[in-house]
Amino acid sequence: MSARRRRRVAAEEEEKEAEAEAAEEGSDKEAELEERLVDLDLRNDSDVPDVPPASDSTPEILKAALSGLSARWKNWWIRGILSLAMISGFFLIIYLGSFMLMLLVLSIQVKCYHEIITIGYRVYHSYDLPWFRSLSWYFLLCVNYFFYGETVADYFATFVQRREQLQFLIRYHRFISFALYLAGFCIFVLSLVKKHYRLQFYMFAWTHVTLLITVTQSHLVIQNLFEGMIWFLVPISSVICNDITAYIFGFFFGRTPLIKLSPKKTWEGFIGGFFSTVIFGFVFSYFLAQHQYFVCPVEYNSETNRFVTECEASELFQMTKYPLPPLLQAVLGWDTVTLYPFQMHSVALSTFASLIGPFGGFFASGFKRAFKIKDFADTIPGHGGIMDRFDCQYLMATFVHVYITSFIRGPNPSKLLKQLLILQPEQQLSVYKTLKSHLLEKGILQPSLRG
Amino acid sequence: NLQESESENKLDGETASDSESRSEFGGSAPVPTSDDTPEVLNRALSNLSSRWKNWWVRGILTLAMITFFFIIIYLGPMVLMTIVMCVQIKCFHEIITIGYNVYHSYDLPWFRTLSWYFLLCVNYFFYGETVTDYFFTLVQREEPLRILSKYHRFISFALYLTGFCMFVLSLVKKHYRLQFYMFGWTHVTLLIVVTQSHLIIHNLFEGMIWFIVPISCVICNDIMAYMFGFFFGRTPLIKLSPKKTWEGFIGGFFATVLFGLLLSYIMSGYRCFTCPVEFNNDTNSFTVDCEPSELFQLQEYNIPLVLQSVVGWKTLRMYPFQIHSIALSTFASLIGPFGGFFASGFKRAFKIKDFANTIPGHGGIMDRFDCQYLMATFVNVYIASFIRGPNPSKLIQQFLTLRPDQQLHIFNTLKAHLVDKGMLGSLEEA
Repeated sequence: MSARRRRRVAAEEEEKEAEAEAAEEGSDKEAELEERLVDLDLRNDSDVPDVPPASDSTPEILKAALSGLSARWKNWWIRGILSLAMISGFFLIIYLGSFMLMLLVLSIQVKCYHEIITIGYRVYHSYDLPWFRSLSWYFLLCVNYFFYGETVADYFATFVQRREQLQFLIRYHRFISFALYLAGFCIFVLSLVKKHYRLQFYMFAWTHVTLLITVTQSHLVIQNLFEGMIWFLVPISSVICNDITAYIFGFFFGRTPLIKLSPKKTWEGFIGGFFSTVIFGFVFSYFLAQHQYFVCPVEYNSETNRFVTECEASELFQMTKYPLPPLLQAVLGWDTVTLYPFQMHSVALSTFASLIGPFGGFFASGFKRAFKIKDFADTIPGHGGIMDRFDCQYLMATFVHVYITSFIRGPNPSKLLKQLLILQPEQQLSVYKTLKSHLLEKGILQPSLRG
Repeated sequence: NLQESESENKLDGETASDSESRSEFGGSAPVPTSDDTPEVLNRALSNLSSRWKNWWVRGILTLAMITFFFIIIYLGPMVLMTIVMCVQIKCFHEIITIGYNVYHSYDLPWFRTLSWYFLLCVNYFFYGETVTDYFFTLVQREEPLRILSKYHRFISFALYLTGFCMFVLSLVKKHYRLQFYMFGWTHVTLLIVVTQSHLIIHNLFEGMIWFIVPISCVICNDIMAYMFGFFFGRTPLIKLSPKKTWEGFIGGFFATVLFGLLLSYIMSGYRCFTCPVEFNNDTNSFTVDCEPSELFQLQEYNIPLVLQSVVGWKTLRMYPFQIHSIALSTFASLIGPFGGFFASGFKRAFKIKDFANTIPGHGGIMDRFDCQYLMATFVNVYIASFIRGPNPSKLIQQFLTLRPDQQLHIFNTLKAHLVDKGMLGSLEEA
């Protein structure tokens, strides 16, 4: 096969030279040939895996420590050590607080974006396309600016009110974001080069789909975080737990393959992982729900210029007695059980993490097979790239966000307030009157008598 | 393993090179216009030479489309919304068909069904958001609608997830790359087509003038730029579209601004165009009846001294909306064409002459709407930033779903704010 490929490549090179000596650029036939050659290029080279073997990126220390073991155990140990390292890192960041978490989410987002775009470059050999790398990063910047502007405006309302320039930016935020995006769009159109139209359109689409996947997810993660750190921790931990326990169950009991896309996954691992994750989520939420640090919505205190998590714990996080159904009463021997209501929600979250989360993993596996890459990148020794670790998290963040808005809380009060304050004065007055009559009706507001 | 990668390579390779030749000579190659025109036209124009025939066919179809547009406007908002929906579906269909032709993916399992399913999901999501806002009272009355609207996001997400899982389960060993390409293609198309059409409907609800003026400006720019280019065109504008010229571009710009000013002047006088569209619960129909806002009331503007000497008037009576129309027309003439260049680049990239053959002489629906891409988003962003704030009734609706302590907090803050501004005296109205 390689001999044939070499001959094909040689033939192409000859043809290219003949092309170069050919007449002016306008002829259709020549353009057609060029395009066909480009497509042939795509076909041939993209299946060569460029990723070096995982052991090349492990630090020297580890290699020296593990030099005695066989290759299979060595790989297992590297993966294990790196897993522990990542989990410890995660705990450390949680301890450091919300702001560090936001920064971490942002860095992960940028790295994931970079990994996927790099794959696109390799697939399409589009390193030489004019402008394209700058344009990809520019679009990432625009979309992030748009989303962060929406978040910042909501949560930092008091901070923003004080500063004039920020007020201007907030008021016309959508317009400014749209103008920035348009500039990028126009530059893309102006950068279209005759022989590379198709490649450029592919990369444009690739960039946009990547933005859709990585940036929206990361912003939903941050929204969840502001709702309370527990809404950030429990879902992510459930997905990680599902990964690990499904692997362990599969390792010890695995027999029936689950899906052709990922031959290593088994039904035993899947089901075992499901039950373990539900139990883990249940127990973990029990511990987290006791601390205000995790349970309270993150708020920005403008006096101390820091994030604070202090509040009256909502009903979700107060122990409630639930009567057990008679069936379970007979089995367990208890009449009632005291739980946090949040633990019921954690069952829903863990169920999603175990049943639907893996589809994100299958999607990523399919993607890697489609583009014939082994891993997204080599950032983490033994594990591959950041995307490899986060592939199951794709859908989780969106699910948690949708879950919160549908079942837990209504709209964000501070955002509502902000919108009320920018209405026209007459509209504010009429809204005020409507609200007042509603509150009086419901008895929330007591009518006061004034002289 | 090697064998499989070989055969998959061959499949991709065949696809790549075949799509080149196929699209040049076969599948999506354009049929000569005369094959599509109705027999009536063919006979009527049979005596003219082919160049003039083409010009006449385009001209007649243009007039037909513009007349159709006027009829739809006359028929009202409901019909307009339906037409926008049909145009959106047809555009989606055209772009997806191009994708099929490029990738020869007709035989992919499930894929056609999945594309239409995703279109349905995204439309359900967007229409649900709109319906909940504008038909609030209607929705609250009917029990099933109320539940659907309360859990709307969750239901939409569940529907989308089902499609996503179906996609993952439908991945077939030799066709992974094609399937991912089509998945990406579908999503980008949804992003372009569906979001634009929903923004158009939002603009429509703001007032029909916000729908008609932008679309007319883009159409006018198309036609004027063509005419100026036809009569005065000399300097080419951009390599992507060799027929466009600088003379056409600049002439079209000035003509469109003037046209926008005139059209807004005429339309601002009629309530049916300037009032927000509302749904009347009693009559179960759309009404456009209101007190015209300041934008649509004639005001005197002082002409700057420079123009005073030229024009000879001291003041000018205009609708404030006309000033906004200048911004809209400017965007339509300067940035709108980039949408057209984008579509031209796309057609060259995939070696197709037109998106489809729906309209004789013009190509597909997308060919007519390519310059409108960015216009709808711009108008929506413009309205949100410069014209109005958020919708008060929507805010009240959101308020009602908050907890009592949150409601009280917001109420008190609003009250303090109004007292500060002097809107509320210290008197409490009982």
